[in-house]
Amino acid sequence: MTAVSSPGARAGPVATRRRVPASVRRRRRLLAVANHSVAIALSIMFLIPFAFIVSTALMTNQQMGSLSIWPSPFRWANFTDLFEFFPFWRYAWNSLLYAGLGTVGVVLSGIPVAYALSRLQWRGRQVSFVLLLSTLMLPVQITIVPLYIIFVRLGWIGSLKPLIIPLFFGDAFTIFLLRQFFMTIPQELSDAARVDGANDLQILLRVILPLAKPAIAAVALFNFLYCWNDFFSPLLYAGNNPDTWTLAISLQQLTQLSRGILANLQMAASILFTLPVLVIFFLAQKVFVEGVTLTGVKG
Amino acid sequence: MATVSVRPPAAEQARAAERRRRRRRSAWRRQLVALAFMSPWIIGFAVFYVYPILSSLYFSFTSYDILTDPVWVGLANYQFMFTSDGRFWTAVRNTAWVVAIIVPLQIAFGIGAAMVLTRVRRGLGFYRTVFFLPTMVPLVAAALGFVFLLNPGGPVNAVLGFLHLPEPLWFRDPAWAKPGLALLATWMVGQTMIIFLAALLDVPRQLYEAADLEGAGPLQRFRHVTLPMISPVIFFSVVIGVINGFRYFTEAYVVSKSGDWDNPVGTPQDSLLFYTSHLYNQGFEGFHMGYAAALSWVMFVVIMACTLLLIRSSRRWVHYQGGFR
Repeated sequence: MTAVSSPGARAGPVATRRRVPASVRRRRRLLAVANHSVAIALSIMFLIPFAFIVSTALMTNQQMGSLSIWPSPFRWANFTDLFEFFPFWRYAWNSLLYAGLGTVGVVLSGIPVAYALSRLQWRGRQVSFVLLLSTLMLPVQITIVPLYIIFVRLGWIGSLKPLIIPLFFGDAFTIFLLRQFFMTIPQELSDAARVDGANDLQILLRVILPLAKPAIAAVALFNFLYCWNDFFSPLLYAGNNPDTWTLAISLQQLTQLSRGILANLQMAASILFTLPVLVIFFLAQKVFVEGVTLTGVKG
Repeated sequence: MATVSVRPPAAEQARAAERRRRRRRSAWRRQLVALAFMSPWIIGFAVFYVYPILSSLYFSFTSYDILTDPVWVGLANYQFMFTSDGRFWTAVRNTAWVVAIIVPLQIAFGIGAAMVLTRVRRGLGFYRTVFFLPTMVPLVAAALGFVFLLNPGGPVNAVLGFLHLPEPLWFRDPAWAKPGLALLATWMVGQTMIIFLAALLDVPRQLYEAADLEGAGPLQRFRHVTLPMISPVIFFSVVIGVINGFRYFTEAYVVSKSGDWDNPVGTPQDSLLFYTSHLYNQGFEGFHMGYAAALSWVMFVVIMACTLLLIRSSRRWVHYQGGFR
């Protein structure tokens, strides 16, 4: 992949390199071969489950019983048969609503909070930040019992509301990441805008946000994927109403929907569910890897 | 101060007071602006954290099934949990297994994979993408995939059979179900790996050169240069790992229900009953809300205690560059 770099870039180090004894060069080459062998072996290990899953998704029912691993013939109809078993688009729409609106909520509510925590001087800032960090440590399981009771009383069980509405009240992880990023923007920029008569809202909108686009893209992406993949909360709040199942739930429930569905259809459904995520990943890989790195190193 | 005998004229005094007042007013305004910006989180924190944590403390002393009013039972829930609920201890043991085996396995494998990536020059981008790819698969889909891969007549056992190795029943066998989940966790190591990769690339080259000059071998270099330099990230991963251990649910739930959707949570034979599975089972399948609240409070206390302990112990083994953090 990256081996296909421009010839000019490769010529640079070669031209300036001192002559290396042949024995050292041989050792280096051997080392490179060894390293690549390990890397290739690991790659195969990481990729083989994908291969098996895709090939199974294309098998006929009879072939599933046999031991062969290569589908013959390829049964692409598995992917269309799927739609007869369950209302795929209904569940996809629910997933999209949860992930899309949830992301909007998390970003909209997170930006002003991150701004106040990073670029405003006020009393209680340190305390608020420490409290925010401590909520990062708390899994949802700690608060679900009373929240579930509240949502029952509000009549929200069996709807998407318990999933989406809390996300409009700030998410600790998003706020933390945005704050870390806002801290890196030079204070002079805000000061200059303030001298020009801008208030904090204007500074946030005109100075900070344009500079923070990559960070916002990263947190939006993380949240979208988190919601898309989330299983625990949708399972909890969907109640007995299949109309509010997300794809994640419906995928698990496939066995229930059609007693003992065959593995080929289940794998086909899994692929359809995973595909959007992989497409997003390939389109936004850079945002992604940098974002993950930001979480780890700054954490 | 008191020795200053010349008192300022009244006009001067009034002006100073005015200035002070204005400064105080602008400080107030700044405070109000900040609070306005903070308001989404303040509301969220009160409604979704403070209130639930406190009210679940109250519920944990009651017997409550949502339909009828809560009945105060004192410490009965906790007493039942620690003395008579066998499944609680099963769940604790299984969760401890996750923390003690899966978390270290992921960290070790993550460091290993990241080190492989630091040593290849060409094709780094390609390998990195491939190693990270499994992490992108939604957990439910990945778990279903592994249910298929590890089914007793599935591809993995076909390979094991070909190599004349024993073919375990994986998710059908209580002894092999958790190792099956460990395989899944190892496959999805990408996130951990990427964080370690960034940490490894941050280790200053001079340190390795200095170690070379002093005649350190590869193992010594790893032990005395790499490990201390990446210890903050190891620390971070351990803390996150403990929390994830308590959260562990989705994979286990999907695997348990994969054979038959009527299977109880924790199938086979409670070998996949984890802490959150038990909480889910008690609270949202049995509607023992009081007991579930007690379970969540114990979880809260244990997570806090573990985090504090880890932070305490970190002073001894985590090395921050610059010596202070």
